Amino acid sequence: MLKSREELQVLRSSCATRLNTENKRVIVCAGAGCVSKGALKIYDKFAEIMKGKGVNFSLELQKDPHGDSVRLKQSGCHGFCEVGPLVRIEPQGWLYVKVKVEDCEEIVEKTVIGGECVERLAYTQDGIVYKEQKEIPFYKKQTRLILDNCDKIDATSIEEYIATGGYTALEKALFDMKSEDIINEISESGLRGRGGGGFPAGRKWSQVARQNNFPKYVVCNGDEGDPGAFMDRSVMEDDPHRMIEGMIIAGIACGANDGYIYVRAEYPKAVARLNLAIKQATELGLLGDNILGTGYSFKMHINRGAGAFVCGEGSALTASIEGKRGMPRTKPPRTVEHGLFDKPTVLNNVETYANVSTIINNGSEWYKKIGTETSTGTKTFALTGNIQNAGLIEVPMGTTLREVIFDIGGGVRDGGEFKAVQIGGPSGGCLTEEHFDLPLDFDSLSKVGAIIGSGGLVVMDKKTCMVEVARFFMDFTQKESCGKCVPCREGTKRMLEILNRIVDGKGEDGDIELLKELGETISKTALCGLGKTAAGPVLSTIKYFEDEYRAHIYDKKCPAGACQKLKTITIDPELCKGCSKCARNCPVSAIKGEIKKPFTIDQKLCIKCGACLSNCPFKAIKEV
Amino acid sequence: MSTFDYTVLDRAIEEFGNAESSLISILQSAQEHYRYLPREVFPYLAEKLNISEAKIYGVATFYENFSLEQKGKYVIKVCDGTACHVRHSVPILEALRKELGLSEQKKTTDDLMFTVETVACLGACSSAPAITLNNEIYPTMTPEMAVALVKSLKENG
Repeated sequence: MLKSREELQVLRSSCATRLNTENKRVIVCAGAGCVSKGALKIYDKFAEIMKGKGVNFSLELQKDPHGDSVRLKQSGCHGFCEVGPLVRIEPQGWLYVKVKVEDCEEIVEKTVIGGECVERLAYTQDGIVYKEQKEIPFYKKQTRLILDNCDKIDATSIEEYIATGGYTALEKALFDMKSEDIINEISESGLRGRGGGGFPAGRKWSQVARQNNFPKYVVCNGDEGDPGAFMDRSVMEDDPHRMIEGMIIAGIACGANDGYIYVRAEYPKAVARLNLAIKQATELGLLGDNILGTGYSFKMHINRGAGAFVCGEGSALTASIEGKRGMPRTKPPRTVEHGLFDKPTVLNNVETYANVSTIINNGSEWYKKIGTETSTGTKTFALTGNIQNAGLIEVPMGTTLREVIFDIGGGVRDGGEFKAVQIGGPSGGCLTEEHFDLPLDFDSLSKVGAIIGSGGLVVMDKKTCMVEVARFFMDFTQKESCGKCVPCREGTKRMLEILNRIVDGKGEDGDIELLKELGETISKTALCGLGKTAAGPVLSTIKYFEDEYRAHIYDKKCPAGACQKLKTITIDPELCKGCSKCARNCPVSAIKGEIKKPFTIDQKLCIKCGACLSNCPFKAIKEV
Repeated sequence: MSTFDYTVLDRAIEEFGNAESSLISILQSAQEHYRYLPREVFPYLAEKLNISEAKIYGVATFYENFSLEQKGKYVIKVCDGTACHVRHSVPILEALRKELGLSEQKKTTDDLMFTVETVACLGACSSAPAITLNNEIYPTMTPEMAVALVKSLKENG
C-alpha cells in the first residue's frame, strides 16, 4: 500500500529500471483479432522453444532482473488485425505478420538468439519489404496517443503501466492542482466527448463541479453497442488503468468519490481486465480510501450491460445501473444535475477518459496542437468492412477520409471499387467519393449530415446495396427501440416495413417521399438520441443514392446485384443436361422440362429462393 | 417445484447485496448458472429484494441477454454487426438454421443441444464474418465451415 507521493515515485523508478533491463522482447499481440487466429498457441510455442533451447527468458516483469534476459509477453491489440497473428521484436521494432506456430522455431533461432530479421515474415506491400513496424504505411500516418500502450504493455500488470509513466497524471492532479485547475486544463485542451455528440468535456465537468448536491458520481459509458466498432473494447482490455486514471481525475475535479463503469456484456475479457485493474489499483492504494495519504477517497464499481443498445444513451445507462429497464427519460433535468441515483453525474465514454491523463501530463497547449482548432486531439476508428487493412487505428482529428481509407486502410478489399463508407453506425450516415477530402472531425462531418459517432468506419464496395444497408440499420434500430416514445417505436417499425418491401421488389411509387417524411418526423420528435438519429442511415442513403432506391422501386432491379428477391434466375440451355434435379428441389414447382433436354424457369412462379442454384451439378443455373 | 435449488440466488444476493440496483447483476449470475432464467427465480427475488415480480419480469424481458427459455448446450451466435453483415454473415446464419432445422422463431433444437441466435457486433470486426460458440470466437467463417463445425459437435456429443 502506497501512502505518499514519494512512495509512488520510488515504485515507479524501480519498475522503470526493471523494465529497462529487458534488452530483448518478443511481443505477441493478444488482441481479439490475433487470438481468434491462434496467437495464444504461438505464445505457448515460443515459451516451449525458448525453454528447450535454454534461453534466459521471463514471462513477467522480473522482480530481480539479471543477465541478458529476454522478455516474452502478450500485449494488447496492435491494430493491424488484417495480417495477424502479429509478433513484434524489440528493441529493433521488427514486426512479423501472419505468424504461424511452425515459424516460432525459426524466430527463436534467427532473431532471439542470432539477432537477425526473418525477412519472409516481414510485411510486404507493392514489392517493398517493411521490416520495422513504424515504417509500414498502415502505421506511418497514425498518431497513437490513446492506443499507445495497447501494443506495448502487458495489460494485466499495473507495474508496467506505472513504469511507463502511469498514474503520474493522478499524482499531479492530487498534489499540484486544485480542482478548478484540472477543469481549466481539460476545458483549455478543447477535449470533446468521444461517444458521439462531441460535447466539451471540460464544460460538463464544471457543471457537475458547481452542483451543491452530494454524493456525486463519475460514470463511464463502456457500452460500445455500435455495430462495427471496437475501439473502446481495446482500451478497456489492453490499457484499463489509463481509463481508470482518467475517471479518478474526473472524480477529484468534480468532487465525486464513486465511479461506475458500465461495460457491454459481449466484452467478457474487458470486464475481467477492469476487475483485475481495479483490484491492483486498490491494493496499491491508488483507489479506495485516503489515496496516497491525501485523504481523498475514490471507489470503483463495475456494471455489466445485459444487451440493450439504448443503454448507450445517458439516462438509459444510469437507469440500467440502478437495476431498472434501460429507458431514457425526458431532459431536462440533465445528467449533470440529476444523473445516477438522481445525483449530479459526470458521464463520459471510455475514450474520453482515456484522453485525460495525456492532457494532464502534457498540458493543454501541447494537446491543442494535435487535430483541428475545434476538434482537438486524436480519434480512434475501427476500420472494417470491404477494406484491405481492417483494424484499429488512431489519427489526429481532421485527417481526411482519403488518408484513412487509402494510405492507412490500403484501399478496397480484393481490388473492389469504392462505393461508400458508413460512419457513426446506426445513428450516422454514409460518405461517398465526393467526401474523400473531407477532414474527419466533429464539425466537418455534421455539415454533411454524418456524425463521428463512436468511430466505426465500415467501407462498402460496389457490390454492396445501399438500400439493403439502410434496411439493415433500420432493422437494428427497430429491434433496439425501447418502446417508450411513439415516434421511435412506431416510426422505425413503419420505415422498416417500407424498406423491407423495397428490397423484396414490392416497392411502390411514393415510398421514397414517405421514408423521408417519416424520417424527418422521427428526428424531430423522438425522446432520446437513439430515436432522433434512427433515420440517419436511411436519409443519407436516399440523399446520395436515390437512383438505387428508384431502380428497386420502379425497375425492380438491384443495381448492386445484392438483393436476392430482385434477381432473375435462369438456366443456361448450353450447360443444362436435363437431369431434373433443380425441378425436384424447387419448392414452388417453377421449373419444368423434359429429361435430357434443357429445363426452363417460369419467372412468374419463381420466388428466387436459390434452392436450384446450389444443387445444379453442371453449374447451369445463373443469377443476374 | 420444491426441489428448486435457491443457493445460486442466495450466493448472488450475498455478493451483490439486496438493493434494487443489484437486480441485473443477480439475474446475470442466475442466467450464467442455468443458461436461462427459470420461473422460480421471480417470486424468490421479489421477496428477497422487496420489489414486485412484475418489475423483475419487466427487467428480464427488456434486456436481450436474458432468456426465459432454456438454451442449448452449444450456443452459437452469428455476428450480424455492420462489418460482418457486409462481409456476408447472413448466409452463415441461414446455413446453420437449415442444418439444425431452426428458424428466427425457433432458436433451440428440441434435444437442447444447439441454440442459434444473432448478436449485434462482437467487436471482432477485423475477423468478419465471425461467430461464437459458447463465447469462443471463430473468425472469418463461411457457411461451409459453420456447418462442418456443427457436424463435428454432433459427432462428439
